[in-house]
Amino acid sequence: MFAYYLDLAMRSLRRHKILTGLMVLAIALGIGASMTTLTVMHVLSGDPLPGKSATLYYPQLDPRDSQDVRPGQEPPAQVSWMDGMNLLKAGRADRQALMTGGAVPIQPPDASIDPFFEDARFTTREFFAMFHVPFLYGHAWSREDDSNDARLVVLSRRINDKLFGGADSTGKMLRTGGKEFRIVGVIDDWRPTPHFYDLMTGGYADSEGVYLPLLTATDLKFPTNGSRDCWGNGANIDAKTALCTWLQFWVELDTPAKAAAYKQFLLNYSRHQKSLGVYQREPNVRLRNVMQWLDHNHVVPSDVHLQFWLAMGFLVVCLVNTVGLMLAKFLRRAGELGVRRALGASRRSLFAQLLVEAGAVGLVGGLGGLLLSLLGLWVVRMQPSDYAALAHLDLSMLLATFALAIGATMVAGLLPAWRACLVPPALQLKSQ
Amino acid sequence: MNIRPILASLRKHRLPVFLLVLEIALACAVLCNAVSMIATRWSDLGVNSGIEEPGLSLVTVNGNDGDRAAADIPRNLAALHGIGGVRSAGMITGVPLSNSMWVTATGTTPFDSTDMRQKASSTAVYIAGRGALDTLGVRLVAGRLFRDEDYIGAGIRSDYQSQASVVLISQSFAQTLWPGQSALGKTIYSLGHTHYTVVGVLADLAAPSLSGLGPNTRYHTIVFPGAPNSEFDTYLIRSRPNEQARVMREAMATLQRLQPQAVISAKTYAKVRAGYFDDARNMIAMLVLVAAIMLAVTAVGIIGLSSFWVSQRRRQIGVRRALGARAIDILRYFQTENLLLSCGGIVLGMAAAYGINLWLTMHYDVPRMPWFYLPVGAIALALLGQLAVLGPALRASRVPPVVATRSV
Repeated sequence: MFAYYLDLAMRSLRRHKILTGLMVLAIALGIGASMTTLTVMHVLSGDPLPGKSATLYYPQLDPRDSQDVRPGQEPPAQVSWMDGMNLLKAGRADRQALMTGGAVPIQPPDASIDPFFEDARFTTREFFAMFHVPFLYGHAWSREDDSNDARLVVLSRRINDKLFGGADSTGKMLRTGGKEFRIVGVIDDWRPTPHFYDLMTGGYADSEGVYLPLLTATDLKFPTNGSRDCWGNGANIDAKTALCTWLQFWVELDTPAKAAAYKQFLLNYSRHQKSLGVYQREPNVRLRNVMQWLDHNHVVPSDVHLQFWLAMGFLVVCLVNTVGLMLAKFLRRAGELGVRRALGASRRSLFAQLLVEAGAVGLVGGLGGLLLSLLGLWVVRMQPSDYAALAHLDLSMLLATFALAIGATMVAGLLPAWRACLVPPALQLKSQ
Repeated sequence: MNIRPILASLRKHRLPVFLLVLEIALACAVLCNAVSMIATRWSDLGVNSGIEEPGLSLVTVNGNDGDRAAADIPRNLAALHGIGGVRSAGMITGVPLSNSMWVTATGTTPFDSTDMRQKASSTAVYIAGRGALDTLGVRLVAGRLFRDEDYIGAGIRSDYQSQASVVLISQSFAQTLWPGQSALGKTIYSLGHTHYTVVGVLADLAAPSLSGLGPNTRYHTIVFPGAPNSEFDTYLIRSRPNEQARVMREAMATLQRLQPQAVISAKTYAKVRAGYFDDARNMIAMLVLVAAIMLAVTAVGIIGLSSFWVSQRRRQIGVRRALGARAIDILRYFQTENLLLSCGGIVLGMAAAYGINLWLTMHYDVPRMPWFYLPVGAIALALLGQLAVLGPALRASRVPPVVATRSV
């Protein structure tokens, strides 16, 4: 029966080429616009580390002075050097890493390459294991190297390609900031999206090219990237004080029970610091996992949201217009439908036939919409925003395109089909 | 024209009427909001930065040895002055519309962190070295620019407060701080208790970010004099616009020779400004595209439904023609009918546009839509409707009276 309906649909669609073309165009435009923005939203609000992100948590403490306290206030978005070091040394989580963004000047061994600046991450060793960073060559530095000012460095594949032509460079020396560092590892391509572990350096920033032990980098006073919040006279003294927050601290907690225990630990730690007179406020802690942290920071740009809503509005406009066109098309065929009814077709089968026709329009419109959204995404990728390069259609969005196109068109066809089925056959036959 | 028969006939075709009204309402609602978003961004594109933009180049030097800044910078500036075509050069901590901003809190009285909210406002800070203001091409409205002695000892404290004693201020910010008074000689407090004397008022100098400090703060800017220091990383160079490319090339080569370890890059100010508005321009392009296509789709929908309508009523039209109606009467009939439907759609659409705008202002950084967008959008939709119905209506008016005698 379906094949017969499809045949009928194709005949009817071919008969009114212009009307069909307009319907297909309306669907294709609506689908194209909405799928382009939906894909961008999907990519930008995705999980940076699928399967892992639920076990990664971002502790926040409130070490600020008692000025300007308001109830329900959010603690600072980063931790101070003192708190970070204390939590790191306490080692209460399965894994933990303290880090900050930075920038280092690199003096390439090959004199034909000009010196350049590279974004760096100053961190502790468990960063790599905790965030599932894949190693191409070598490995992370050892636990001792975190605390003994080791001059070691891990490179990204991109930098290794640039400086060493992609060869295994472990054991070689790299000159940066006027100091020699031994390369212990090269990581493979790795770009978590969003750049969740440090939103201050850009929500969709590329991952860094150079990784240095935190203590080494801060002792050498390499410039840091990101934001620093100070209070009291914190800004007047060294950044490694309790009066400035500028570091990110991440922990891995495998079970919810451990997460609850860790939160309790943070409360106890805050209470202890207050009893020592270091903290002035009541304990005020947060422990969000990756997705909660991204959500809290509204990391998807609001222009992307606006574009999405606009495209959805546009899709609705296109669909309503399709409903109108389809109504015109179906009602014009009242005569033909009347004949089918008179020959014994039930209302139900007429309805099914018209919906198949609507679905066929949706399928063709979906194809057009797919092409348009590929075009749209290509345009998005041409843009200079830091997330632009990420805008690609994946399989799930591809399927969603067709599901949306066919589903939406069938819904658009419901009302006209129902209306067309109500046409009394006798009247139609008489007036022919 | 009598609209009674039109209304009577519309009542008989509820579904197409409903669809037409809905189409127009939706298009009106989306159009008003899209145009409002376009207008906000468009007005930003033309923002006055307060500096002489043509002929200004920026050379950024990273990897300076901070301890040697006091010796290196005068030497480097002297070398830059030696390049043919360089009219002036200087160092500064940032430029308007570059997105990278120094911020402090300033007020007209001393304040501390408890009453900062009431007494101070966020302010963008520029620290300008000798020659930087001339190179930027700022315009003085009152008072004076910096004198040589203002730069002496004007270092930067570790809390990023200037050690200078004088400050320049943008005109509109001065008006906000001291409404109706001259700002000259007034004292401005920064981060609580550090205070400076206002010696000059500048024609509005834009902040590095137009929205970074909050709404209506794009000209909340102050300028300190600065002795050579490690925070300076941008050389400003003024030359003739047509010589910029060569001057930048030579400046980079000169600086690289003087500081072989440094990482140096250069661009024209025009490029900096264009880069700042990249996102806004893309958004405008997308909004215009979507609005245009949406209007086209709506027009197509109206044409489709109207032609169907006309073809359904061929006999009725024939009867009217046979009874003496002229072609123009038929044309007017369909035009009036479309106008009535448009009016219905527009009323609904304006209400929806207002509602959507209200929702957007609550959830996103979207300004309230000026009221006159609603009638303008309404007129646009009414015109679109008239234009779309013209074809089908003309076809209807050409239906010959003889149709009335056929069939039945």
